[in-house]
Amino acid sequence: MSRDELIERASDAHSDAAAEIAAASTLDDLTDIDRRYLGKGSPLNTVREAIKTVDGPDRAAVGQAVSAARALIEETIAARRDALSAGDREAALDAERLDLTIGGRDYRRGHLHPVTRIWRELEDVFVGLGYKVAEGPEVELDWYNFEALNFPPGHPARAMQDTLYVRLGEPEQVLLRTHTSPVQIRVMESQRPPIYSVMPGRVFRRDTLDARHSPVFHQIEGLAVDEGITLGDLLGTIEAFIHALFGPNISARFLPSFFPFTEPSVEFAATCVFCEGEGCTVCSKTGWVELGGAGMVDPNVFAAVDIDPERYSGFAFGFGIDRLVQLLYGVDHVKNLWDGDVRFLRQF
Amino acid sequence: MRAPLSWIREFTPVEAAPADVADALNQLGLEVEEIDEPGREINGVIVAKILDVVPHPDADRIRLADIDYGDGQLRVVCGAPNIEPGMVVPYARLGAVLPGDFKIERRKIRGVVSEGMLCSPRELGLGDDHGGILALAPDAPLGADVREVLGLDDVVFHLAITPNRPDAMGITGVAREIAAAFGLPFTLAAEEPASVVDAIGESRVVVEARDRCPRFVAMTATVTMGPSPDWMQQRLRLAGMRPISNVVDVTNYVMLERCRPLHAFDLGRLAGKGIVVRLATAGEQMETLDGVVRTLTNEDLLICDATGVPQGIAGIMGGADAEVSDSTTEILLESAYFEPTGIARSAKRIGLRSEASARFERGIDPNGTASGAQRAMDLFAEVAGAQPAAGTIDEYPAPVTRPRISVRSARVNALLGTELDATAMQALLTPLGVETEGTGADFVAVAPTFRPDLQREIDVVEEVARRVGLQNIPRTVPSNPAKTGSLTPEQRERRAIADVLVGAGYDEAYTLPLLAPADLTRTGTEGFGVVEVENPLRAEESILRPALLPGLLRAAAFNAAHGTSDVALFELGTVFAPPPLGEPLPRESLSCAMVRTGSVRRAPHEPDRPVTTADVVAVVEALAAELRLADWRLEAVGDALGFHPTRAAAVIVDGQRAGVVGEVAEHARRALDLAVPVVVCELDVAVLAGGRRRPRRASLVSRFPASSIDLAFVVADTVPATAVRETLRAAAGAMGEQVELFDIFRAESLGPGRVSLAFTCSFRAPDRTLTDAEVATLRQAAIDAVVAAHGAELRA
Repeated sequence: MSRDELIERASDAHSDAAAEIAAASTLDDLTDIDRRYLGKGSPLNTVREAIKTVDGPDRAAVGQAVSAARALIEETIAARRDALSAGDREAALDAERLDLTIGGRDYRRGHLHPVTRIWRELEDVFVGLGYKVAEGPEVELDWYNFEALNFPPGHPARAMQDTLYVRLGEPEQVLLRTHTSPVQIRVMESQRPPIYSVMPGRVFRRDTLDARHSPVFHQIEGLAVDEGITLGDLLGTIEAFIHALFGPNISARFLPSFFPFTEPSVEFAATCVFCEGEGCTVCSKTGWVELGGAGMVDPNVFAAVDIDPERYSGFAFGFGIDRLVQLLYGVDHVKNLWDGDVRFLRQF
Repeated sequence: MRAPLSWIREFTPVEAAPADVADALNQLGLEVEEIDEPGREINGVIVAKILDVVPHPDADRIRLADIDYGDGQLRVVCGAPNIEPGMVVPYARLGAVLPGDFKIERRKIRGVVSEGMLCSPRELGLGDDHGGILALAPDAPLGADVREVLGLDDVVFHLAITPNRPDAMGITGVAREIAAAFGLPFTLAAEEPASVVDAIGESRVVVEARDRCPRFVAMTATVTMGPSPDWMQQRLRLAGMRPISNVVDVTNYVMLERCRPLHAFDLGRLAGKGIVVRLATAGEQMETLDGVVRTLTNEDLLICDATGVPQGIAGIMGGADAEVSDSTTEILLESAYFEPTGIARSAKRIGLRSEASARFERGIDPNGTASGAQRAMDLFAEVAGAQPAAGTIDEYPAPVTRPRISVRSARVNALLGTELDATAMQALLTPLGVETEGTGADFVAVAPTFRPDLQREIDVVEEVARRVGLQNIPRTVPSNPAKTGSLTPEQRERRAIADVLVGAGYDEAYTLPLLAPADLTRTGTEGFGVVEVENPLRAEESILRPALLPGLLRAAAFNAAHGTSDVALFELGTVFAPPPLGEPLPRESLSCAMVRTGSVRRAPHEPDRPVTTADVVAVVEALAAELRLADWRLEAVGDALGFHPTRAAAVIVDGQRAGVVGEVAEHARRALDLAVPVVVCELDVAVLAGGRRRPRRASLVSRFPASSIDLAFVVADTVPATAVRETLRAAAGAMGEQVELFDIFRAESLGPGRVSLAFTCSFRAPDRTLTDAEVATLRQAAIDAVVAAHGAELRA
């Protein structure tokens, strides 16, 4: 065949294929077309095999015509295949549809108790300020809970803390600690200054569990003993922790107070976090929320643990964790913290 | 302590607004709990006189009072029993407002119109007395505002006084602080009695217990009993005390004014007309003023008559025998200084705290004893027509001197972070009654005896801080560069344990560490040794928990009772056991417990399923993995307290029992009213975390494929699956990668008490693909080992 004839046959093959492709309605039809127009016995193949029958210089032109026709057919089939499969795919996806809003399965996260959450936050703040975390027993000797802390027997300040005693040893010598301060004594007994520690823990008072009281609650205390510690350091440290915990808009207020184990003694409050000092029901319109007590370690306490008060000075502070929890999470009933009701616990 | 502003002004001319006075008191450490303006809620109540009282036409108890209110007369309906013609009373006119925003309008009462209302003390907010209409002074001007007549135009500061400040338990002490804060003069006339005598007539004082009663002052006078004048009654009311009679009111007045508790005895009823101060004998009894018979110990101090019969518990409360009454004509006034801790102990032991004991136990001024008695005598003369007898008995063998305290100004600054010179410090101290001596950097502070809290240099440091004002002290932080903060490994691991449990779906509960013995009986754990609370308020909180599970199970039962029976709870907390021999304190350990009840929720994907022991075992496995325990296993246990005898396993770490996991005992489940499956675990954290750990080192991950084989064995059903698994692991040796139990099968065809356990074992070499021959050898070795160790047969 002549060169032109061959080129025409290639072109015809393309036109025929294009017509069939346009008419194809399934992917299988296309596979069949593909085989018939591009496969071994296809017209284009016949043309390609006939190339060698034309003169050398014309072979390239025929080859190009075959390649072009082949590329066009492939392209048209691919385009048609995409068109056809989009429909199929939609049907297939429809069949695969799942409703994820049904919710998850087999996994339910638990919840940390709100006291644990605030407890950890407080520890982290103080660790950030350079403090270690110290612990001690919950059942204590009178010496650690009172006497070493400058509460002599019969001291009226003992009446401030209604104590639960334990039936062990001499009467009223073994007790459930009324504050975490005995840990301060234990730390100072076992370690020489510099001391920078906080003592979170569980403490006890002679109260019955109801909406507002609990015989058990949690405190965190802090102790710094070093050379040159001042009352200014105490005030600044408490302010730093209040900023770290509540943010820069919340500041600290200090008023003189009395505790047997510190002198001078202060009590401290933070700007009410709810009204930022404007006055609201949480802070009884005062703009301040009482947090706890603090002061410079009394020389009598240093004497009890054999630390030289002329060389070292120190400060101590303490406040209630539960109170902070109640404040920050708006927990009205103390009892909720203790009855293990999951309707309460799962909120945190 | 309630301090009316008008009373304070008798001692210092403060004119500042009440809010500013309160602020100053707060800054000085006298905490103002409340600023009470008692008249603020009363409006339109005036003085009226009752002209006539006539019966109500339609009611027995209600009467009609014709009154004159200065500008006119009208009629009001009144239900009070005490009205009578001539009585001067508070009259709330139409449009008046009473406390509680109670507006007075014209009303008809049983058909008779009432043009306003006569008021009881309670209706005016003056306490709880609602027994009748308040009687005003007969000479009160008609039509005057009752707020002025009753002194209700005053401001009362409610103060919370710390235990170190007896002086601030008196108006004068509060006034002294205010004078210092505002730079005002403070004036207090403290006159000493004229002459000291051994006896006044027949009256003598014998102090047997000198160390408990370092000073005793007595004076006598004839008196005319009656009510005290209005001004005194008003002040007492504002200060929160009830007026009783002129004599008693004077003693209370001086107590409130000067923190000087006094006691007046009816001299005519005091046998021998004298006083003996002695310790009680153990078991001695006396009846106090409140009508209660008190049993005493030999540490309680008594004020007795000359024959030794108790007439009062010193510093706490008087007795009924020699109490002043309407018929009293002559009194003996006691003004004493008692040793503070003795009073504190007695008050606590007897369970009686009075206004007097609150002051004595803080330590009143021993040197104000006589002047306080003189102040009372002057008032007796003024309000009770008293004629004092000549002379004063003053038993004060060892006068208390003022402490002389050396103060180093450099030390003060070093502790406060201030830069004050000694002169400035002295100027701050003087208005507090502290005299100073010396002109250098170091000086002597001579403290007043009404401030027993001032004994040491540090006490003076505190005074300087109070006077400087805490808001004026620069805020710094300690600058030691060596301080580094961290949690200990134990503290970090405790958090990790809680986090694993939260990840496993458990909610953290806190349960009270105080339990009832019944909590143990109920949960079958009464076998634990317990530590008892000596003085519990109630039986429910009378022992320290020996384990967490009794409390945690109670929490689960609480949830079930409130409609949530599917719960997963955990707790991390201290448990208590009796002390080891020779130790004073109980053994405390940190325990970790879990309770899971009801169903595992799987709906709507699949049906819910009941919880099983495997649910808790999974958590134990997760904890062991978190802690990288090198050697731990479960071992069936039949006698664990509170556990099901055949559905429990001990958690063994390094051969030591860390705790138990399993189902709760059936009787416990029923006793707790839990109608659903309950699986639990309790672990001793110290044993768990004390276990040897796998090194925190990565091992090579092989690039070569694994070969897996399945093997099923028939064994006796008493053979623990974990034992077979361990045998397979050991047999696989270094090539073993994983051994997993994937099927448990029981059938008659296996024979009675036999069970089929099917395992997948996978083998892999780090450096090559295992050949079929190698795998076949490993397979045979595994089979041989299990057959030999457990009497197993391989299932075809």
